[in-house]
Amino acid sequence: MSLPLLLILLMILLAVGGYGIAAARQPGGSRRVYGATLVICVILLLLALARLLAGQGVQTLILPFGLPWLGAYFQLDALSAFFLVVVNLGGAIASLFALGYGQHERSPERVLPFFPAFLAGMNLVLVAGDAFSFLFAWEFMSISSWALVMAHHQESANARAGYLYLVMAFFGTLTLLLAFGLLAGADGGYTFGAMRAHVVSPGLAALVLVLALLGAGSKAGVVPLHVWLPLAHPAAPSHVSALMSGVMTKVAVYGFIRIVFDLLGEPVAWWWGGVVLALGGVTALLGVLYALMQHDLKRLLAYHTVENIGIIFIGLGLALAFQANLMYASAALALTAALFHVLNHSLFKSLLFLGSGAVLTATGERDMEHLGGLIRPMPWTALAFLIGAAASSALPPLNGFVSEWLTFQAILISPERPQWMLKFLVPAVGALLALSAALAATCFVKAFGITFLGRPRSPVAAQARETDLYSLTAMFILAGLCLLAGILPGLVVDGLSAAVGQLNGSALLPVQRSQPWLTLVPVTDVKSTYNGLLMLLFIGVSGFTAAWLIHRLASGRVRRGPAWDCGFPEPSPMTQYTAGSFAQPIRRVFGSILFQARERVVMPPPGDLRPARLEVEIHDPIWERGYVPVVNAVVAVSSRFNYLQYLTIRRYLGLVFGALVVLLLGMVLWR
Amino acid sequence: MRGLAFDIAHFLAGGMVLVSFMLLYQDRVYALLNIFALHALVLALAVGWQAHTQEAPHLYITAAVALIFKAIVIPVVLRRIVQQLGIHRTLEVVGGVGRDMLAGTGLVALSILVMLPVTQGADPLAREDLAFALAVVLLGLLLMVNRHNAISLVIGFMSLENGLILAAAGARGMPLAVEISVAFSILIALIVIGVFLFRIRERFDSVDMQAMDAFREGRRK
Repeated sequence: MSLPLLLILLMILLAVGGYGIAAARQPGGSRRVYGATLVICVILLLLALARLLAGQGVQTLILPFGLPWLGAYFQLDALSAFFLVVVNLGGAIASLFALGYGQHERSPERVLPFFPAFLAGMNLVLVAGDAFSFLFAWEFMSISSWALVMAHHQESANARAGYLYLVMAFFGTLTLLLAFGLLAGADGGYTFGAMRAHVVSPGLAALVLVLALLGAGSKAGVVPLHVWLPLAHPAAPSHVSALMSGVMTKVAVYGFIRIVFDLLGEPVAWWWGGVVLALGGVTALLGVLYALMQHDLKRLLAYHTVENIGIIFIGLGLALAFQANLMYASAALALTAALFHVLNHSLFKSLLFLGSGAVLTATGERDMEHLGGLIRPMPWTALAFLIGAAASSALPPLNGFVSEWLTFQAILISPERPQWMLKFLVPAVGALLALSAALAATCFVKAFGITFLGRPRSPVAAQARETDLYSLTAMFILAGLCLLAGILPGLVVDGLSAAVGQLNGSALLPVQRSQPWLTLVPVTDVKSTYNGLLMLLFIGVSGFTAAWLIHRLASGRVRRGPAWDCGFPEPSPMTQYTAGSFAQPIRRVFGSILFQARERVVMPPPGDLRPARLEVEIHDPIWERGYVPVVNAVVAVSSRFNYLQYLTIRRYLGLVFGALVVLLLGMVLWR
Repeated sequence: MRGLAFDIAHFLAGGMVLVSFMLLYQDRVYALLNIFALHALVLALAVGWQAHTQEAPHLYITAAVALIFKAIVIPVVLRRIVQQLGIHRTLEVVGGVGRDMLAGTGLVALSILVMLPVTQGADPLAREDLAFALAVVLLGLLLMVNRHNAISLVIGFMSLENGLILAAAGARGMPLAVEISVAFSILIALIVIGVFLFRIRERFDSVDMQAMDAFREGRRK
């Protein structure tokens, strides 16, 4: 009976949003709101966990509101339960963080009402059981998060980001609406059950796949529909950024999985998987390359989200391709990898965004070129951020490694596939994935190194203070979960099995609980295994041994020698490595073609005392080639028809009359 | 009896189309108002006859509303407005009676071509009624498009609405609430339009729409 309880809790969450309007004016009001969302999210999390571990089976509920005579359908199955876990874990941690972070909010009246509503919207998407309630919840989630993006609308960049977000969100909902329409068919069975039963012809099914990719992909941030994401996610307050990047993109992934794997039924053609796979590969590589070019900490994290969405879609594409070839064991592996990465990314991306929020509160700066040396004033934040950075760089023994390793396992068993196109495509995507994993590591060396190491590059960075206890607790819970999921991956894989089995004709990975020493065995133990505990032990022992040896063998004697400045000939912090200089090699290798990056040395004329400057010019090919022409076309068409705004009354009447007559004539002739 | 009932309904609905044609070429304001009153009267008769043949007593109310408001109150009020505005002597230029008649004939043909195939299988009485109602609506629109005078626009609008009432009466089982609400919205429209006519006249010294166009803001680049 968890579904009615869940819906009641969501109603309470909405009520908390209503209370947020009043709470914004009260002292301590934000604490009460975030405390309430924390408690509700924890209860929802426990409910969802219980449901997930209970195995398969669908619980449905029909409520007498929504569309007249139809009612609103709600459902709870293992897939929803897994995503509910992700959403409410993120929501609980973000609320805990906001207990401290929310005190610094300049305009709480723009955040407090929408934060609980946003959480409720995401939860509602996951339990919706018909197209109408799904789309309603989806739009509710979009609009409440838009309001949060616009919380600091006085900055023109934020207003622009919000506008772009709104346009893309409406576009996505439109395509999802069309996808549901095709799924429902002419009879209009808009409940998920009716859609499952309705068989769509192969051509239309392919169209549904494309529409779902466009709709869910635009929300998740699949290249080339990602343009709004790196602008909108950083514009919100940091705990909301963590939710949007870590959690809302996962709700979009849920939408894609629900439509393509569940409602659409078995994939008909292998090329479905190929399309999703190729998109995932491109998204992963481009996302991380964009991230490397960024010097804004939060925007870097947002672009890195795009990369991880690519990794998830690679797993989903592989699963589709395997299912089309009836290789359900392999499909189970790919699906597990994708869902595991969903969980992992929500953990470490939330952690990193919360860390950037702590930095933002301490310094008021998001630009890495003005940060530096924060490890001394903020040691705990730095440690948590480092764990998150290592996890997202896929370093063992943390969780990011496990899911990327599982994705690679799924790629490596692909030569068994019959289609020659897939035989070429899958290794190519594997190479892209490997490249983007390496580049992600570079990206986080840059993010951590420039922000936390070295010397402060600005006075604000020098005067930073460690953040409050709530925020630290939130970050360290996430860091601990990253470590736990990394060393005990078998338990997570077992937990996912109900959701995977539901999507995959009940084919599953081997049960991991019964493997000796908590080893992760994706296929069989002769092929490849991974043991997080062993890895932790090895890294710990070798690390401590190395440290001990260095301290033991290195001489402790003080020596005096000639001053050699270790790369700092000047005491000024300006002489340090900057974010821009760190990214320069990558920019030269990839950026000169992809981003048309040009570097120019501007020399002042002789006699001018100004220093020489190195200027970098970077273009965004997707925005300039893909979006600007569309925008220009819309502007051109609308200014062409602008004169229609200034007609006489008779002309307008004439237009209506003419349109009516033409339509009627069309009707007569068409028959 | 069935045949006679059908013939009478057919005759009255056809009469409305005929009166719509008469509206098209009236170039004097008073004549236009009189013809409009006739239009409403024929409507009241048609609806009343529908009430009788369908044995739907609520349609009598619709007919009464049409008779009292459309055939009496609105023409009288409009006539007073015209007197107060002092435009009862103005002649309106109606470009080409022949052209308008031809266009109207085309519209009637169009509406019959549209309606008869669509409503196949429905009650023949409703089919004829719907076709004629669409013709009346289209003729009302044509009147609105063709005229400059604000009064003529109002008349065109009201005759269009008469066509809608005719359609609603022809369809069996249409609830009375729809017709009542349409009738009241028309009354409110009359009040609003009356107020606007005086305002327009105060501002522009004319109720000729062409005079107003001269004051419009130019087309912006």
